[in-house]
Amino acid sequence: MSEKILSMHSGKDARAGEIVIADLDFMIGQDGTSGVAIDVFNKMEGKKVFDPSKIAIIIDHSSPSPNEGVSAIHKKIRDFSKTQGINLFDIGCGVCHQIAPETGFVGPGNLVIGADSHTCTYGAINVFSTGIGSTDLAAGMISGKLWFKLPETIKFEVSGKWPKGVYSKDLILKIIGDIGADGATYMAAEFDGPAIEALSVDARFTISNMAIEMGAKAGLMKADKKTIDWTKKHSKKVFSPVESDKDAKFAKTVHIDVSGLSPQIAKPHTVDNVSPIEAVEGLEIQQGFIGTCTNGRLEDLEIAASVLKGKKISRNCRLIVAPASKNIFLEAMKNGIVQTIMDAGGVFVTPGCGPCVGTHNGVPSDGEKVLSTANRNFKGRMGNNKAEIYLGSPATVAASVIEGKITDPRKYI
Amino acid sequence: MLLKGSARKTKVVDDINTDYIISGRYKFKIQDPYELAKHVMEDLDPEFYSKIKKGDFIVAGRNFGCGSSREQAPMAIKYAGISAVIAKSFARIFYRNCFNLGLPLIECDTDNINDGDELELDLDAGKLKNKTKDFEVAVNPFPQTMQTLLNDGGLVEHFKKHGGFKL
Repeated sequence: MSEKILSMHSGKDARAGEIVIADLDFMIGQDGTSGVAIDVFNKMEGKKVFDPSKIAIIIDHSSPSPNEGVSAIHKKIRDFSKTQGINLFDIGCGVCHQIAPETGFVGPGNLVIGADSHTCTYGAINVFSTGIGSTDLAAGMISGKLWFKLPETIKFEVSGKWPKGVYSKDLILKIIGDIGADGATYMAAEFDGPAIEALSVDARFTISNMAIEMGAKAGLMKADKKTIDWTKKHSKKVFSPVESDKDAKFAKTVHIDVSGLSPQIAKPHTVDNVSPIEAVEGLEIQQGFIGTCTNGRLEDLEIAASVLKGKKISRNCRLIVAPASKNIFLEAMKNGIVQTIMDAGGVFVTPGCGPCVGTHNGVPSDGEKVLSTANRNFKGRMGNNKAEIYLGSPATVAASVIEGKITDPRKYI
Repeated sequence: MLLKGSARKTKVVDDINTDYIISGRYKFKIQDPYELAKHVMEDLDPEFYSKIKKGDFIVAGRNFGCGSSREQAPMAIKYAGISAVIAKSFARIFYRNCFNLGLPLIECDTDNINDGDELELDLDAGKLKNKTKDFEVAVNPFPQTMQTLLNDGGLVEHFKKHGGFKL
């Protein structure tokens, strides 16, 4: 799939290992990276962006601003967006990786870059999308192009029937635990098989989102009927889906059966430090967090609400929820999800990255343990290098905050 | 190009992520790269910045620079005075970012390099010499694209020179 998309966009019949300069369909930046990108744009002597309709900047990482340093960056982004006429999503719109597909900017067969490592998320709807830095974004904004080295592909063929209480988050944690944090470095990952087809598009985003946590450049899935329906609902653009050839060569194929899978937990301080929940059950936590570009979608909030319905959060524990977008937040209000979670004792913060990046909205105290639905548990990630972060599914977080300790969600489902 | 300096190696050598290189606490607050550089690798070693002499090398293990796409990570390294990073392997976004900033990355076995070893890196001859331990290892040449970026002094200078991509 990678070879097809990058060939289509570079006018070459390119193969893994080759370097091409390719035309970009869309690019995004966020408030942690766009300030630098704008500085570089000016240093490169950029005057006008190549096409303002193909660029979006989303203020999501530290939003609304918690201090004057961030405010200065936000102002720089707002001024630049206005002058250049590019799409700006200001505070409260949501996380960039929900906004880009939800607004219909990106779709099957597209080539997309983002100055954020989790740009690989849109692979779930058949987009070759990859994270790059601020200088690459500046070069993209000026020229509409970027250089790519065509990656080899590692394929994950996923079969079996999903057990109750086990979700796409558990699968991707299991995969990363098995293959390691650099198991797919420089490669594209492809996820396929009946167990992937059985998932909703929301659940698929969770898997592609975390492809970077094993070093992958992209996390691609084919476009099936669910993808096409989802894309049509969100976009008026015409897309050209791609599929791997029957005889496509993969660097490696990994077979996984989800039938016997338990809920999984990534322990501090690396994402590949993964155990089945049985190994960590009972560990006391002081904060739960549901949200982010990994697990802040409507389905995630629905699952959490179904676990929390009629229950109360432990008095030794807090629950912070950040919907991935304003639309999701509004939908969750209409469906009673917000009411259910708040009745249980959960707290909602502005749609966006929430406390994931460690700048605001719930920085843990020294020695505290956080169970989060995010994609990273690096030391210091949530703003305190003396706290510990565990990762799990929304169901696992919801069940755990009820008991104030890591809890198997299967008994609440 | 001949680069000389000491090895700066932390106790943790593998999977050093961009949060370790520069914490999110600082990347949002500080826009001046020299100020940012003062916090480089702080969560792994609070004294790291103060030990760096201009021209020194960061030496690490596998998967250096994994994690976020923040360019503040290579920026903090470069403005701390580091001339190159030497590791067994690098994460790909970090790899791109470094060459875009004109900061060379060397992939080789680093088990025999200790913190404080005196190193000499000859980029033209493709050799890394450990003067303290008296051995030499061959270093693979950079792919042409990376070499062009380094020769031009990074992607900004490349764009200023050519008005776009000419790789």
